[in-house]
Amino acid sequence: MIETIRFKLNGRPVRLKVDGARTLLWVLRTDLGVTGPKYGCGEGLCGACTVLADDVAVLSCQKTIKDVADSEITTIEGLAQNGKLHPLQKAFIKHVGFQCGYCTPGMILKAYSLLADNPTPSRAEIIDGMDENLCRCGTHTRIVAAIETAAREMKGGLQ
Amino acid sequence: MPSSSMNRREFLKRMGVIGGGIIIGFNTLDRQALARRPRSGFLGAEIPTDFNAFLRIGTDNRVALYTGKIEMGQGAMTSIPQLLAEELYVDYDAVDIVMGDTDLCPWDAGTFGSLSIRHFGIFLREAAGEARAVLMQLAADQLKSPVDRLATRNGYVYDPSNPGRRIRYGELTKGNIIEKHLKDVPPLKPSSKYETMGKSFPRRDALEKVTGAAEFSGDIRLPGMLYAKILRPPAHGAKLVKANTDPAKNIDGIQIVKEGDFVAVLHEHPDVAEQGLAQIKAQFDRPKTGVDDKTIFDHLLKATPNPEIASQGGNLKAGEKQASTVIEETYFNSYVAHAPMEPHTATAKFDGKKLTVWASTQTPFRVKAFIAERLNLSTDNVRVIAPYVGGAFGGKSASRQALEAARLAKRIEKPVQVAWSRAEEFFYDTFRPAAIVKIKSGLNSSGRIAFWDYNVYYAGMRGSKQFYEIPHHQEKVYGRWRGSAGRYHPFGIGPWRAPANNTNVYARDLHLNLMAARAGADPLQFRLEHLKDKRMINVLQAAAKKFGWQALKTPSGRGYGIACGIDAGTYVAFMAEVEVDKGSGNVDVKRVVCAQDMGVVVNPEGATTQMEGCITMGLGYAFTEEIHFKDGEIFDLNFDTYTLPKFSWLPEIETVILENPDLAPQGGGEPAIIGMGGVIATAIYDAVGAAVFQLPMTPARVKAAMMQA
Repeated sequence: MIETIRFKLNGRPVRLKVDGARTLLWVLRTDLGVTGPKYGCGEGLCGACTVLADDVAVLSCQKTIKDVADSEITTIEGLAQNGKLHPLQKAFIKHVGFQCGYCTPGMILKAYSLLADNPTPSRAEIIDGMDENLCRCGTHTRIVAAIETAAREMKGGLQ
Repeated sequence: MPSSSMNRREFLKRMGVIGGGIIIGFNTLDRQALARRPRSGFLGAEIPTDFNAFLRIGTDNRVALYTGKIEMGQGAMTSIPQLLAEELYVDYDAVDIVMGDTDLCPWDAGTFGSLSIRHFGIFLREAAGEARAVLMQLAADQLKSPVDRLATRNGYVYDPSNPGRRIRYGELTKGNIIEKHLKDVPPLKPSSKYETMGKSFPRRDALEKVTGAAEFSGDIRLPGMLYAKILRPPAHGAKLVKANTDPAKNIDGIQIVKEGDFVAVLHEHPDVAEQGLAQIKAQFDRPKTGVDDKTIFDHLLKATPNPEIASQGGNLKAGEKQASTVIEETYFNSYVAHAPMEPHTATAKFDGKKLTVWASTQTPFRVKAFIAERLNLSTDNVRVIAPYVGGAFGGKSASRQALEAARLAKRIEKPVQVAWSRAEEFFYDTFRPAAIVKIKSGLNSSGRIAFWDYNVYYAGMRGSKQFYEIPHHQEKVYGRWRGSAGRYHPFGIGPWRAPANNTNVYARDLHLNLMAARAGADPLQFRLEHLKDKRMINVLQAAAKKFGWQALKTPSGRGYGIACGIDAGTYVAFMAEVEVDKGSGNVDVKRVVCAQDMGVVVNPEGATTQMEGCITMGLGYAFTEEIHFKDGEIFDLNFDTYTLPKFSWLPEIETVILENPDLAPQGGGEPAIIGMGGVIATAIYDAVGAAVFQLPMTPARVKAAMMQA
């Protein structure tokens, strides 16, 4: 059913006339041209499509656009503020927490959500929190190190 | 990638095909450049001899580097410019790189085989060295100094006795190609003089990859572009009987293309195209072959192709006579998927004459030739560009999706994107082949290896050759790792990170440990006693030192594993510690140590990242990764049943790169994965005395092996 859906995307208001049952991932990637969230599996099994809805990581391949009406959606494109990288982004660069980079937006946003929930996670908590996000390049140890560094730098705050 | 700012005209200008201002040079007699590395064979024959194909120096003194290699996560984008900067004597940061664009870059066979540095790198360095020497000759004229008094640094030619006399490369070239060439290419810089190589320059793709700016093939948006979903058979070998596309036509904006058994549904939104495809009622004739993931090994052994001899020495029969103990075992491994996070994707546009295709591919030039041939276009009218590739591991050497997008874009004359679903990615993957290794070997009464009779079926040649001091040995290889569905395999198979070597090392090292056990020897000592090859001894000792290996005969109950091999010219040794849950058969990997000798290391951090990635990825084929199938139908079509390594699997990973500056750079993208099956198998054996004869070593197989032990 075509309906009007309003939400915020990376800080900017969006108003769409769209079939509310359409998948958030594809509305973001095609209708709105925001390609940071990636398709990896389409069934909520890999985390590549992760975005933030009100600062909580959600799998955009498992959400309809109607599900996020009136929410604040943040994709990887919206994480840096005023050209300043988020501590997680800086830490991923520093520790080389990526190789091919395809899972990276999902990894960073999942980590953001993890730290929002638990600002001082132990290594075991990071591993547990990130476990559903897949990386085929095998960059896991570096991603964990990056999240540890970012957590230290953020000192409990999100920025 | 920066390639988007270049166009064909500019490239032709660069290559001197069309006019472009001043052509530098006054002597065109020496075009042969006879001393340069010969271009030959499948990998090299079409590589240009003109160094201008590899580089251009701009008036701003920045250098554009052109390479047909692609960036798939391995870090080539960062390390390749180090090679150019070194031999051209320019600042690393002054080098821009253009990758994987068939209109702009010199021909390349593809990004595979850990060849970017060790093979392409030599051509590039020679090109840079020649360009620099020519620049010095040009400068000699302008600076009125004999060329042998000149030196180069940071993009300048200068006279060290009078440093004020200097000229920038950019002033010499003025952005044009350099017509002058040398007869004798200067020798490459010795490693003792390296300034740029050997340093861990940060990755060039970092900022784009953490901000979402990195563009993959599926991120390309063209005006009027449609997304295509293609009707797929339910099984390999299935034939389309009929397809009723009418129900899909009711969806607004749907376009359908039907050419024989090729049926595509296109829409401006991919999810709507998918819905349209679901409306199509298709009927297929499905094959009944009776071949599944259990019967496949018998099937393969029955169909055995003619063998090739990888290596032999002595006389097996004589060896058998000298043996007091004979050990004969058979090893199996299953089909394994590449499963890159980015499924195969391509975006294509056709302007009525020329096709441009952005594709996630490891082989842009091969894809270009393939598309031109299949779509009846001249190769000049096909341009393939590989933007960032989201993982490949050999699987994107096959690029069927590029042809699909190209064919549709040409047919409907609108831009088209084909992005495979995860199910399509699994279905059309060219798997690492299922394989069988039969080893018969013997020990003499003093515990030395008397003979080694090695037969590998379907895994392939790479890594099959043993490197120990064994008087009587033969390694026979039946079948290769590449092939289409047919007599042997029910679906296509192809290169999977270090093809063949993973299987060969697994079988060889587990077998060696069974022999060491029979000899009552420590597995490391057993290997060292049979080795003369210094590089192998060095990596084993380096790994042992890092690991803290204490000699004990196996099984020791400690869960220590060991494996080693040679891949892409690199020597690599592995050690691991595991804990086996005897009740469940679950294996917990505590630590993995990997030591490698890869000759000169161009970018140590990049090399280390690749090693860690190899080790982590290798845990997958060791423990879980296995394709289940029957009658051509693939049952594992997503990550629910096909399990990739996860954060919670992480062992402590330690890597060592040995210093070996006298050896040219060797491969770095693959070697550190080859021993992962072997090191885990030997560790399980050491822990519980159970040899697991099939990869992956699932809890059920570990338990079954414990029952047998």
